[in-house]
Amino acid sequence: MFELLGIPPQALFGQLLLGLINGSFYALLSLGLAVIFGLLNIINFSHGAQYMMGAFVAWMLMTYAGINYWWALLIVPIVVGATGVVIERVMIARLYHLDHLYGLLLTFGLALIIQGLFRNQYGVSGLPYSIPTELSGGTNLGFMFLPNYRAWVVVASAVVCFGTWFAIEKTKLGAYLRAATENPVLVGAFGINVPRMITLTYGFGVALAALAGVLAAPIYSVNPNMGADLIIVVFAVVVIGGMGSILGAILTGFGLGIVEGLTRVFYPEASSVVIFVIMALVLLVKPAGLFGRTA
Amino acid sequence: MKLPILILATAASLLMAGTAMATDIKIGVLNDRSGTYADLSGEGSVIAARMAVEDFDAATKGINVEIVSADHQNKPDIASTIAREWYDQDGVDMIADVPTSSAAFAVNDVTRDKNKIFMDSGAGSADLTGSKCSPNTVHWTYDTWALAHGTGSAMVQEGFKKWFFITADYAFGQALEKDTSAVVTAAGGEVLGAVRHPFPGTDFSSYLLQAQASGAQVIGLANAGGDTVNTIKQAAEFGITQAGQSLAGLLIFITDVHALGLETAQGLVLTEAFYWDLNDETRAWSKRFAEQNGGNMPTMVQAGVYGSVLHYLKAVEATGGKDTAALMDWMKANPSQDPLFGEGTIRADGRHVHDMYLFKVKSPAESKGPWDYYNLMATIPAKDAFRPLAEGGCDLVK
Repeated sequence: MFELLGIPPQALFGQLLLGLINGSFYALLSLGLAVIFGLLNIINFSHGAQYMMGAFVAWMLMTYAGINYWWALLIVPIVVGATGVVIERVMIARLYHLDHLYGLLLTFGLALIIQGLFRNQYGVSGLPYSIPTELSGGTNLGFMFLPNYRAWVVVASAVVCFGTWFAIEKTKLGAYLRAATENPVLVGAFGINVPRMITLTYGFGVALAALAGVLAAPIYSVNPNMGADLIIVVFAVVVIGGMGSILGAILTGFGLGIVEGLTRVFYPEASSVVIFVIMALVLLVKPAGLFGRTA
Repeated sequence: MKLPILILATAASLLMAGTAMATDIKIGVLNDRSGTYADLSGEGSVIAARMAVEDFDAATKGINVEIVSADHQNKPDIASTIAREWYDQDGVDMIADVPTSSAAFAVNDVTRDKNKIFMDSGAGSADLTGSKCSPNTVHWTYDTWALAHGTGSAMVQEGFKKWFFITADYAFGQALEKDTSAVVTAAGGEVLGAVRHPFPGTDFSSYLLQAQASGAQVIGLANAGGDTVNTIKQAAEFGITQAGQSLAGLLIFITDVHALGLETAQGLVLTEAFYWDLNDETRAWSKRFAEQNGGNMPTMVQAGVYGSVLHYLKAVEATGGKDTAALMDWMKANPSQDPLFGEGTIRADGRHVHDMYLFKVKSPAESKGPWDYYNLMATIPAKDAFRPLAEGGCDLVK
């Protein structure tokens, strides 16, 4: 049997697949960030907290109301997205005429407050949320045991990512959105309610984070810090992909998941920094990111 | 004319006598209040310290105790900055708890520099009373050597001889891996390999797959807190345990079992220094504790903060002052006695020695309710529970 750098190919396939699974979360989260930044020019630092809220709301629905995972997939993004809409209307909308930095500080502060509230209420050890029975168990692929739930995560994430990209780049609604970011006054003159569209876009970005949270709830521990641990990596993904580039966010998300997965095999100690090393290199060579347009 | 002067003089002398007699003590509880170890130490440790002050009845013994607390975020640099500030500016006399070994090493150094007292409960590395031992430090609750010997030798005796480690890549994880490897090889077992993950981590599936590929019988989890919880959860998901490999949680706290749920955690073998349901005294104390801690039972770390603060206050009363050397001498010369750890002693190297316990996690059917999680498998007597004094490499041991 041949070996590649001392690793048998079976093990390598397994690790590639695992990387793809983690990449699904990066892609979903960075997609939400890219949508919000691309269309609102707001760097949404509360994205991690909103992802965490997604997982918690799923847990609450299950624990307090007995609502199962499948309904949570539908209800949670709507509920958490609605809180996003409120935040946009009440707070973020007042900052559009200011520098990016103000939006960043506001959303960062919100993230700390939301995390603190959940920590105070639920502690940090995490809460149990089990995998739905329909997706428990797994399939033996020969080179690894693939839990059905993880396979579902990859598929769900790919579908949502493609759908979002299609809606924004290929539909009329997407065209309005892109036009409104280029020239809101002109688009408004055509009779389109631009502020409402912006609000709904933010709500949609937040809903994507919440959806990622629901997907993560059964496999990662549901705890108030789960978003904070992930968000820095996701920001690096967005920067590498190019700020605001939808396609860039999706492809880099999946790609970096794989790179990180491989690092875990060859030199696991570096797995938490490898993405940032790539980020530094990309910024040196292409400051606008791999898929970014230089303004 | 004379009477008021007399009264004044008496009052003044009483006042002076009063100040001469009262000792002001400031204890700093330094731990993780927001991160992965916040539930096992955190505010619960502060509650435990406060209970020690109440139970000791410090006020009527003329000792005014003030307890302060801070969050070191599991970072050594933050821990040493806070420790320095507490000693230099805030008049803190003793620092308690300090989970996360790398942070504990930092506080260990600062305390020695400033000649104050450090009574650690939360950290694990046995080097704290070994190569890095200090005349100013007491290590109260557990250490990596005790955990490795408790769980490691129990597993090897049951025939689990081939090991692979998933290790948190910092002082504590490395120490735990080293100590357990030594136990396994000494007992005739074999260590097939190890993978070191950044701390804290989220996804452990990659490491679990490497562990599976190694062909080991046991996967030793040399990590703690949320990392261990996630590893165990994902091991179940990837069918690692169903495929015949066993997990050995080398440091599992009762809060971790609570977070995992008995369905996932059942059957795990683990070593702890304390369990709330050991005897009438631990039950009574833990009930009082839980009432103040949102219904959550104490961990061994929080129990250790209680025990160490209590012993320290006894030393303050007995020596009648705050002289560091006198306090340390008294604490080492006199056995400790408290409702949670029973009788114990502090050795020359600063190691507090007491019984340890080997537990097995109950199945959901065996458990009578929340927090009823452990079956006692064995009591490891104090003399066997910790590393022999001569083997630690501590300078204080002649």
